[in-house]
Amino acid sequence: MKKAIITVVGKDCVGIIAKVCTYLAEHRINILDISQTIVQGYFNMMMITDIAGADCDFITIQSSLDVIGNEIGCIIRIQDEAIFDVMHRI
Amino acid sequence: MINIFEVLETNEMIQKENLDVRTITLGISLLDCIDSDLNSLNQKIYDKITTLAENLVSVGAKIEKEYGIPVVNKRISVTPIALVGGAACKTPEDFVTVAETLDRAAKRVGVNFIGGYSALVSKGMTKADRMLIESVPQALSKTDVVCSSVNVGSTKTGINMDAVKLIGEKILETAELTKDMDSIGCAKFVVFCNAPDDNPFMAGAFHGVTEADAVINVGVSGPGVVLRAIETAKGRDFEFLCETIKKTAFKITRVGQLVAKTASEMLGIPFGIVDLSLAPTPAIGDSVADILKSMGLEYPGAPGTTAALAMLNDQVKKGGVMASSSVGGLSGAFIPVSEDQGMIDAVLAGSLTIEKLEAMTCVCSVGLDMIAIPGDTRASSISGIIADEMAIGMINQKTTAVRLIPVIGKGVGDTAEFGGLLGYAPIMSVNSFACDDFVNRTGRIPAPVHSFKN
Repeated sequence: MKKAIITVVGKDCVGIIAKVCTYLAEHRINILDISQTIVQGYFNMMMITDIAGADCDFITIQSSLDVIGNEIGCIIRIQDEAIFDVMHRI
Repeated sequence: MINIFEVLETNEMIQKENLDVRTITLGISLLDCIDSDLNSLNQKIYDKITTLAENLVSVGAKIEKEYGIPVVNKRISVTPIALVGGAACKTPEDFVTVAETLDRAAKRVGVNFIGGYSALVSKGMTKADRMLIESVPQALSKTDVVCSSVNVGSTKTGINMDAVKLIGEKILETAELTKDMDSIGCAKFVVFCNAPDDNPFMAGAFHGVTEADAVINVGVSGPGVVLRAIETAKGRDFEFLCETIKKTAFKITRVGQLVAKTASEMLGIPFGIVDLSLAPTPAIGDSVADILKSMGLEYPGAPGTTAALAMLNDQVKKGGVMASSSVGGLSGAFIPVSEDQGMIDAVLAGSLTIEKLEAMTCVCSVGLDMIAIPGDTRASSISGIIADEMAIGMINQKTTAVRLIPVIGKGVGDTAEFGGLLGYAPIMSVNSFACDDFVNRTGRIPAPVHSFKN
């Protein structure tokens, strides 16, 4: 398993989760957990995903998500889980 | 499992509070390049650096993408060139050719600085050491990315005053040769007492002789993150303030450790140390001075500044030490003037003087850093300032350094512009009384007694 955290930040609108999930399903990226919250009027979503079985590499996923983010007016990031793990877990 | 608030906190630090990995520095030993023929020495140095560091920049970029954290600088440090070039270099000009080789190699692999045009002369100077120091003005004016440093003292050996005197003169010469760019050559030259072998930060980085063939050292930074954390502790007592700084330093350092380990694995080069320094940049909010202000000082330099800085520095270390498997380098709060907007403001407001900065260096790394002084300052006065700062390091068993920039053609009230990470600096006034008769004595200040501490 190789965990990656995807965050989506932007104005809430119809179909944000659907668009991102469709892309992930097409590229065999498994979603382990989804949570969302509204901070200062902005929609924040976080997905914990497993990219071990993905049919493309990390950089490709990153640039594709970037394109989707531009289409729906959100900032989508994908980061290796390790950076959050080291910072928040002893 | 990681929750959304933890993810948002980390990303907030990166995006809004300027959390970054300041530098991944690849230390390279050049001892196996030593040759009595100058041309083959230069060729071996070029080949070794360009081979070992070939992927350094691309690995840095890859880490940046995978973790989503900026890796601002990728740099190289090498064995002090006075040791490497001693057999081949018969004149200071010969040493300059080595500086040019380092410059070419660094540009070839795409790093933004290469450090190690250095000499270690804390007890005495060899012929090669002296020639290297003499070549510094030429070397720094003929190259773009080469950084130079000289270690002139240590707690164990005392201070080499012959070197201190010579360096005062060479700093002025360097300033003169680069006067078209506000004497920027001097920004690439540092004088040390108790220089660490594994410092990843420029301009003082070199790869010590006790180090392995190649090693990865990482410097993290996050004055903005510490600042934001302290702002939440407004009005609270010191215990709460210290806890806040420690927790923040821990988080920042864990990221540094992760990046260092990852870079080490990707490059197949052993991990050395994480340097815990708080390194400011000219960016608004990325300032150590602002941290001091948020603790309750009107400006850095106000009474209480030294105590505030001492506390900050100590808490950063306490939080950081547990977060890394190996801490080293300078590991302290940097207080450069030109690279920190808050420090510049404090100088302009009349709160901060060289004398107060000197007092602050007693309790934090690293020293009098990036301070612009009038271009007509005497060489002996520069040597005097260096000697003072070295004495603080020698007596207190800590690293101290001096990076002064006498800006030719400018005086108090003017501003020197360096650009980029180096920023700009108001010219600060230097005590104009003479110290020539002190500096001109030859020999060294002996090592201090290590008992009767008072």
